[in-house]
Amino acid sequence: MRFATAFAILLISGAIGWFALGTNGPETSFPVRLGLDLAGGTELIYRADTTAVTTDVPGALESLRDVIERRVNIFGVAEPLVQLERSSAVAGAVEERLLVELPGVTDVAAAVDSIGKTPVLEFKLAGPIGEDGVPTFIDTGLTGRYLKTAELQFGSASGGTLANEPIVVLNFNEEGSALFEQITRENVGETLAIFLDGSAISTPVIREAIAGGIATITGQFTPEEGRDLVQNLNFGALPVPIELVSSNTVGPTLGAGSYQAGLDAALVGFIFVSLFMIAWYRLPGLVSVVALIIYVLATIALIKFVPVTLTASGIAALIISIGMAVDANVLIFERMKEELRSGKGPLEAVKIGFGRAWPAIRDGHLTMLISSIILFWLGTSIVKGFALVFGLGVIISLISAVSISRVFLVALLPEKGGGAWKFLTGSGLTF
Amino acid sequence: MLVIKHRAFFFWLTGIILAAAVASIVFFGLPLSIDFTGGTLVEVQYETERPNLDVLKGEITAIPFGAISLRESGEQGVALRTRTMTPQEQEAVVGILSDNGVRAMTVLRANSIGPSMGAELATKALWAMLAVIVTIMLYIAWAFRRVSKPVPSWGYGIVVVAMLIIDIIVPVGFYAAWTHYTGAQVDVLFVVALLALLGYVVNDVIVIFDRIREHLRRNTEQDIDEEFEITIGKSIDETIGRSINTSLTVVLALLAIIFAGPEVTRDFALVILIGVVIGTFSSIARSAPLLIPLAKLFKGKPNA
Repeated sequence: MRFATAFAILLISGAIGWFALGTNGPETSFPVRLGLDLAGGTELIYRADTTAVTTDVPGALESLRDVIERRVNIFGVAEPLVQLERSSAVAGAVEERLLVELPGVTDVAAAVDSIGKTPVLEFKLAGPIGEDGVPTFIDTGLTGRYLKTAELQFGSASGGTLANEPIVVLNFNEEGSALFEQITRENVGETLAIFLDGSAISTPVIREAIAGGIATITGQFTPEEGRDLVQNLNFGALPVPIELVSSNTVGPTLGAGSYQAGLDAALVGFIFVSLFMIAWYRLPGLVSVVALIIYVLATIALIKFVPVTLTASGIAALIISIGMAVDANVLIFERMKEELRSGKGPLEAVKIGFGRAWPAIRDGHLTMLISSIILFWLGTSIVKGFALVFGLGVIISLISAVSISRVFLVALLPEKGGGAWKFLTGSGLTF
Repeated sequence: MLVIKHRAFFFWLTGIILAAAVASIVFFGLPLSIDFTGGTLVEVQYETERPNLDVLKGEITAIPFGAISLRESGEQGVALRTRTMTPQEQEAVVGILSDNGVRAMTVLRANSIGPSMGAELATKALWAMLAVIVTIMLYIAWAFRRVSKPVPSWGYGIVVVAMLIIDIIVPVGFYAAWTHYTGAQVDVLFVVALLALLGYVVNDVIVIFDRIREHLRRNTEQDIDEEFEITIGKSIDETIGRSINTSLTVVLALLAIIFAGPEVTRDFALVILIGVVIGTFSSIARSAPLLIPLAKLFKGKPNA
């Protein structure tokens, strides 16, 4: 029975190893996702100004993300990432943020241009003329957020416009159409100004309620400007204004160098730790190295499967966790030694040693898990990259170092010690 | 029993190390990176010779940045730190550094952080540190809930907190001196190192406390009347080997990162290395011995 379990674990580990190492080709559906600090690329963080949005802030932010996503896709980047974030509750005022990751892009100015230079479209009603003679405008709540499409048309001489005059036709979505109809119905005779990026580009007077959700802007631009405007509106009239607060670019040279050095360090670290364990703990040490190999393979498999985006700090976490994963084995083997010294046979010593070492191992792993969870909450991508790998490592090593090495030792060790077993299960410099 | 017998010496030694660390922090200070202050860091590497820094600096002042810092980085690179640049300014700076493409170079990285983002990270980092310490304290108090004599379980929690705080101050003190001589800065990875350290160094203490817990339980079961001091001394002696070995394996892994790993995580690994070494020392020499005066304190009270 004890051999069967050990054999089963070896088989399963083989399968995990095959998955971890065998799925590395260019065509694989399970590549290791590299973070921007390793792959090279640009990360942009925008602050979304939601103060003007009175209702349905989450909805407005969702559509902001969709719009930016469309823009980024046009930019032609492989596997971009656009996601909403919120500043933490402990940091005073809550800010809504938009995170944009562009792998392979290193020209920040161009990226920011193509993402950020989208018009903010608003419809405002003319209010009373202010004291200083400047007209005031009142928000109607109708914005570019409700826009479905925009198209460029050219006027015919008959339709109240000049021949070949460029007209931008705005098609609202269902919600927008209803809102537009309501505004026009309630304000016949008033001026409904169309604002682009904060300035009025057209100030038509409402003649009647307009159903159907179509508005037109005329007379303010050349055909070229009209075409650009339509393009920008289609690619995304931003539902809320955004402001760039942080950008981070890593060149491909630095990234590739870091990745290679990280892998080298992982190998060196693994060899150091393995040599130490075998030299000091002999046969149990060798078993712990087998458990360590299984641990590394399982962690790689999980990183690929989840998938966890691997950063330089994540690789550091993996290496440190190699050193920590054998800690549980050190504790267990030291316990075993105590039992052997008190005259118990190797097999019994293993069983008691594991049981006695367990509470300290459990408590130790839980405190590490606590700090990795809090680290993950701390948040930026570097920190999350570390915390995720570290936390995964703690959980996997709890399984590999405790149960896997136990099964192997139980399978290998005899009931009675003595002879060569005395050396094999001894430790340190004693013989 | 060595540690227990000479615990006064070890308390003093700890005091001296701690004083040195605090002095280092006060004397050298902790230069915060743009991660916390906001600002822009541009690092480039020249393919041939690095141009004269003063000349470059003069050219960069054409853009009104105010105070800037331009340092050598690596063999043939420079690192420029300024207030937060706009993307256009960043483009212009890269133009100046490369003399509009005349000097062959690659941009290694360009990192721009708005002031508000930096301030937020600083607040968050302090909260995270506090949260880790408090949670670990509560967990230890809970894990040792069945042990109540001669020190109540929350006494173990308090000892752990005292130890964690010292274990943090020492690597911070070391890093203060390190920044002074290498130009390194306190960045987000430094905070990650401290937080990871907090979770790890407590392991050694747990191993010793676990042994004390076991001895105390056995003593109660078998009605053995043993001095608390003896119990603690025995526990330390029995676990000292594994305390050193568990740390040694992590130290080996950290050495691999420092000597073979990427430059970005080198200082990070160094901070953890110092912390692990000092943490192992302090859990052996300080954490359990601290329970003795605490036990005496509780003995004085009738219901402790």
